[in-house]
Amino acid sequence: MKRPPKDMIASARTISRRALVMGGVQLGVIGALGWRLQSMQVEQADQFRLLAEENRINIRLLPPSRGLIFDRNGIAIAANEQNYRVVMVREDAGDVGEVLAKLTEIVDIDPNDLSRAMEEMQRRSPFVPVTIADRLSWEDVAQINLNTPALPGIQAEVGLSRVYPWGADLAHVVGYVGPVSDYDLSRIDDPDPLLQIPKFQIGKTGAENKLERTLRGSAGTRRIEVNAAGRIMRELDRQEGDPGKDIQLTLDSRLQSYVQARLDNESAGAVVIDLENGDLRAIASAPAFDPNLFVRGISVPDWTALNEDKYRPLAAKAVQGTYPPGSTFKMVTVMAAMEAGLVAADETVYCPGYTDVFNIRFHCWKRGGHGNMNLHESLKQSCDCYYYEIAQRVGIDKMAEMARKLGLGVRHDLPLSAVAEGLAPDKEWKARVRGEDWRIGDTVNASIGQGYVLASPLQLAVMTARIATGRTITPRLIRLIDGVEQPSGLGESLGINENTLRRIRASMVDVCNHRRGTAYGSRITDDAHKMAGKTGTSQVRRITPEERAAGVTRNEDLPWERRDHALFVGYAPYDNPRYAVSVVVEHGGGGSSAAAPIARDIILQAQYGGPPPLEAYPANMRDRIAEQQRRIEARIPPGATGRSRV
Amino acid sequence: MSYLEYNTKYVPSGLRKVLHLNWPIILLLVAVASAGFLMLYSVAGGSMTPWVEPQMERFALGMVLMIIVAMVPIWFWRNMAFVAYGGSLLLLLGVEFFGEVRMGAQRWIDIGFMRLQPSELTKITVVMFLAAYYDWLPNKKTSHPLWVALPVLFILAPTMLVLNQPDLGTALLLLIGGATVMFLAGVHWAYFATVVGAGVGAVVAVFQSRGTPWQLLKDYQYRRIDTFLDPANDPLGAGYHITQAKIALGSGGWTGRGFMQGTQSRLNFLPEKHTDFIFTTLAEEFGFVGAFTLLSLYLLIVFFCIVSAMGNRDRFASLLTLGIAMTFFLFFAVNMAMVTGLAPVVGVPLPLVSYGGSAMLVLLVAFGLVQSAHVHRPR
Repeated sequence: MKRPPKDMIASARTISRRALVMGGVQLGVIGALGWRLQSMQVEQADQFRLLAEENRINIRLLPPSRGLIFDRNGIAIAANEQNYRVVMVREDAGDVGEVLAKLTEIVDIDPNDLSRAMEEMQRRSPFVPVTIADRLSWEDVAQINLNTPALPGIQAEVGLSRVYPWGADLAHVVGYVGPVSDYDLSRIDDPDPLLQIPKFQIGKTGAENKLERTLRGSAGTRRIEVNAAGRIMRELDRQEGDPGKDIQLTLDSRLQSYVQARLDNESAGAVVIDLENGDLRAIASAPAFDPNLFVRGISVPDWTALNEDKYRPLAAKAVQGTYPPGSTFKMVTVMAAMEAGLVAADETVYCPGYTDVFNIRFHCWKRGGHGNMNLHESLKQSCDCYYYEIAQRVGIDKMAEMARKLGLGVRHDLPLSAVAEGLAPDKEWKARVRGEDWRIGDTVNASIGQGYVLASPLQLAVMTARIATGRTITPRLIRLIDGVEQPSGLGESLGINENTLRRIRASMVDVCNHRRGTAYGSRITDDAHKMAGKTGTSQVRRITPEERAAGVTRNEDLPWERRDHALFVGYAPYDNPRYAVSVVVEHGGGGSSAAAPIARDIILQAQYGGPPPLEAYPANMRDRIAEQQRRIEARIPPGATGRSRV
Repeated sequence: MSYLEYNTKYVPSGLRKVLHLNWPIILLLVAVASAGFLMLYSVAGGSMTPWVEPQMERFALGMVLMIIVAMVPIWFWRNMAFVAYGGSLLLLLGVEFFGEVRMGAQRWIDIGFMRLQPSELTKITVVMFLAAYYDWLPNKKTSHPLWVALPVLFILAPTMLVLNQPDLGTALLLLIGGATVMFLAGVHWAYFATVVGAGVGAVVAVFQSRGTPWQLLKDYQYRRIDTFLDPANDPLGAGYHITQAKIALGSGGWTGRGFMQGTQSRLNFLPEKHTDFIFTTLAEEFGFVGAFTLLSLYLLIVFFCIVSAMGNRDRFASLLTLGIAMTFFLFFAVNMAMVTGLAPVVGVPLPLVSYGGSAMLVLLVAFGLVQSAHVHRPR
């Protein structure tokens, strides 16, 4: 129909008016959008930019290579080994099953590892490399590389893993590394982000643990760009971390290895100290364990075996084990008395085989008694009654003071796990810890290193070193950190009367070199390398009067864990001391028979820097010694002597 | 309803019509489409495939269709309005019964050489039919309840079908587009006030119905609303898309991160970056300057449409032009509000920029109608 013109004009007016309203509303909406864009893109731009960067940038840590540990001759005792592993990228592989089947034809792979890898690949994004097998040999890797075209998605990668070339010989000193655990994280207060890397290796025991910060180094970082699925697009930049610092120990791995071999079949600890600077040349604890087992993750049977062994292979007996020092403590008793001026060197005490202190009878080890004893003879023959007597004169507090001066009952600061403090008891200690008064009987017991007195082989070696030099020798285990020499262990004079020391040393010389000395059987016949020392035999059980009346049971007839501990401390050469040694054989029987021969062999080995000539031994022993040397040399790890510097 | 009512003497004929096309609108359409090609090239990682080439082909086809439609006199289109509306309604019914289900919604119908999305078509045909209706209706009857009820039915019929697919975005566009034409035609204010009041009531009802047996919307639609209200609520789930879109948009800053340098889109943090969320890529790479420029281009298109409509004394032509302008406006405004976090994610593409066939062809045909109205306006 044809509209009247008036109508048309009215209609057009209405439309125009309302079109303007529509346009106005639209402008309003556009204004709101523009305002929104402005507020997001201009005002909050920085904030959103940051969020966008957080989205795309991931920071990955670059683990530093762990510092190496060397012995004093520059031979590696904890090294990093290239470790080959084979990884698979699912998306590159095509048919995963087929590729894995081909791979297993080429190299041997544990079916458990294989199924675990398959499972992991299903779980993770297709571009994430999943480790199929670890610790492959170079031959396997070469085979895989040769067959690369047939193995899509398979790559061989190289990483570093810790290796201890000396195996068990240095296990207790070096310790081992292992993957960081939740327990570790809860126990140590260390914000180092490296610890957050799954399976990051940290020192668990020994020097690896105590020197962790030095050895670890610091992490580098790699900033990478990832897409929404987490795929790495490119590396933005990389900042290398600092590798861990190398450490050189004072140990002589050749000597250490010898000592371990010499202690084999015993449950024992031995320490060798260099008297020039307090360097620990060997700290041996037997039996030992292979730390490499722990690096790889120890199996349950291996772990059970180590834990249930009654010889306690995991214990570092040389520094951690404490034993009643027995007669090796007699030097402390007599030095305390002499320094106090309470006994003269030529004064004699009569030994009838026992001493009665009030109502209690204390026996000498020699049932019939030694007769008249002076200082020299009592030490040489290890008469107990002499010490029962002078100890009552000097009192426990002075003895304890002397013990501490000589390094007993104090913790020596070494970077090792659980360095024992031992115990040099006094009245204050007993009142504080036991809540009891000190009794005279306790003093009598302590005079011969029994009762409350406890010392570790390390402390006994330090004591011997101090007696031999008259100076404060502090044991030193670390020679260099990152090429920087650590302070020497040779300290000031002990402040003990030189006359006292001379008398004690002369007696110790006779212990080993006089025909009536308790360690005469372990004498060294080579004049330049002769040894001085003191035997000790410490009881771990109480001998009842009935047993004593019937005759004390011989050690060989007792079960192992009730036999006496055998101890020996010594130094050599006797006229110009260079090395001090201590040996403790747990439940080994007598000090002179079980500990002294070991100490003699060790100190000869130390002095000669290798196997000593047979002439160093008394003629009648040489055949047996030769046979023993052959046996031990066979046990020392092959190549131990010819190991190249790393 | 014959062409006789037009003063055809002054209407250009033959190829001279080309000179009388509304060229500013054509140039603006090309500019906006070019921005789209640029962005599709960028999100494809600097490649003509898979998106730019088909998009260009469709744009060229669309422009040809636009010119053809523009050449045909507007009165022909007015006479076709009922046929177009009826046809699109039938197609919607066809989708209902024979459509393909994709991504949880029934939207496409396969007609051999391409997949047609009848709901896109409906946006234009409803506007067109209502314009013809008001052209036919005497002015006096415009606000008469009976004559108001009729166009309401014309709008609701396709809206219900679209809502049933379900496609909330298109349903909203149909509703508002249709209502706009009614408003422009001069329907009394009171009706709109009533409807808006009822709408608010409906929104309340929708929220109240949640979790009850008579729940009005699907769960995913409720979740979209939740996500819209607080995207941080579920940053890795439902809110992930909008959160990432906002990050992309905001990180653009004043001038953007540079062409093809947008990390959010290049590293796939952005969802649907070649379709509904393409604006965020543009905003990320060209910043506020780029985003506001595009917004201005859109606004200019709408502006030229309104100017053209206001200069056109023909009731059908001006209502149609304004209705199409409003529909076009709704497209980009809803899309932008959606990606900037001002509106829920309802699945409306950015017109001429987002990758997609049906929407672009339909829009260009619609602009053909606008051009036809312009060329054949009474002088």
